[in-house]
Amino acid sequence: MTKYLKPSIFVLSLVPFLIITYKIFFNKLGPEPVKEITHFTGEWTLIFICLTLSMSPLKKLTKLSLWINFRRMLGLFVFFYATLHLLTYVGLDYRFNWQPIFDDVVKKKYVFIGFAAWILLIPLVITSSKKMVRLLKNNWKKLHRLVYVIAIFGSLHYIWLSKTIFFKPLIYLIIIIVLLALRIKIKNKDVNYG
Amino acid sequence: MIKFKNSEITPENIYKNRRNFIKKFGLTAGSIFLSQNLNFSANAAPKNEDLKLTEYRYITTYNNYYEFGTGKSDPVERSEKFKTTPWDIIIDGEVENPLKLSIEEINTMFPSEERIYKLRCVEGWSMVIPWLGFPLNKILNKVSPTSKAKFVKFVSILDPEQMIGQRFPILDWPYKEGLRIDEAMHDLTILVTGLYGKKLPNQNGSPLRLMVPWKYGFKSAKAIVNIKLVEKMPTSSWMKASPKEYGFYSNVNPTVDHPRWSQATERVIGEGIISPRIPTTMFNGYGDEVASLYAGMDLKKYF
Repeated sequence: MTKYLKPSIFVLSLVPFLIITYKIFFNKLGPEPVKEITHFTGEWTLIFICLTLSMSPLKKLTKLSLWINFRRMLGLFVFFYATLHLLTYVGLDYRFNWQPIFDDVVKKKYVFIGFAAWILLIPLVITSSKKMVRLLKNNWKKLHRLVYVIAIFGSLHYIWLSKTIFFKPLIYLIIIIVLLALRIKIKNKDVNYG
Repeated sequence: MIKFKNSEITPENIYKNRRNFIKKFGLTAGSIFLSQNLNFSANAAPKNEDLKLTEYRYITTYNNYYEFGTGKSDPVERSEKFKTTPWDIIIDGEVENPLKLSIEEINTMFPSEERIYKLRCVEGWSMVIPWLGFPLNKILNKVSPTSKAKFVKFVSILDPEQMIGQRFPILDWPYKEGLRIDEAMHDLTILVTGLYGKKLPNQNGSPLRLMVPWKYGFKSAKAIVNIKLVEKMPTSSWMKASPKEYGFYSNVNPTVDHPRWSQATERVIGEGIISPRIPTTMFNGYGDEVASLYAGMDLKKYF
């Protein structure tokens, strides 16, 4: 049973990608398609950040270690959707017109923090293999705490691009703060988690 | 159903074949103001003949109308039962003859004409909409503003029973907007009663909304119940929500960014995934007509 679990989660994680591909090819994106793709991929990035961060607390809460088996894969899906999100912005929206993109990254804090979050994902992807975990030993754990920074950056990215204070972007920040707070509690009990 | 004297009900498919009409209209709208002396004429490019009408379905399903929710499709989904009759509009303040008019009286007194305007949202998208409306100055002249009338304040309806968005403090309800008196008296500034030859749909601000084509869309208040002439500059709901981001003037200006995002370009609604962004033009392309209103003003300071 459990051996089918991981492939199932893999397929499920691809569902958002399939939905947006379907919408693109069947012209179901509505009046502002590029913005729709940008928001869709951006939101799924945040959802996968939340899912990835849920695995350790779930292990603790359910006393089942199997959750940790999905963490790496979910983390890689964060990068997958974040990259689609970035490519939509750079390629589809701005047509690889680097000057305005550069201006945005430098001058607009929501673009800056979003781009920074994507950059910070790269070392985590590179060091995601089992081999790297062994190689880096304790440093691996330290390095991968970057995901906490990335999560906060990601939710701020969403909040700062909203026109006024909206409910939904705040929800993501709250969920992320709760998921991070759960870790502090775990730490105090001196249990070792990544 | 309101009867329009100047424009009959026109199906959308006829509109689509009316490029000739658009061309003519563009020339008419431009030529009214040819006699004015302008300072920013080099920046202005209201090429109305190039404007392609946005489809009716997009104009009526993609709306920012936070009274009905912050999602773009919330207004169309939640405004169907919104009651627009009876509806009275009070025009008062610094005027000699304050008036209370029903929407029916307004429709009879001020025949609507067609105005094809580009609408540029502060979020960075635009539409081209064939409005039905009449110049705001017609109604303002009826009430005879006094010399103290320096600004015009627009107040939208407050009705949290019917407007779910007003149950949340997203903005300072009721929605408030304002114009300087010369902006309000300008011939391009209209009160809107319809679009595409039809009665104004609820989600677009029925029964009466403002349209100021050279300003960002949020300046054009919807479902207006009070037009008040005042001496001091009114504080709009958006100014109150975020004074550093939303100024009183809010003229479309590609050189003055929103603090958090660029205003240099815009996406054209309904143009599909392939179409690129287009450059945003000064005063949304109406510079020939309105730039003189701001002669000598630092538009970076008075954004």
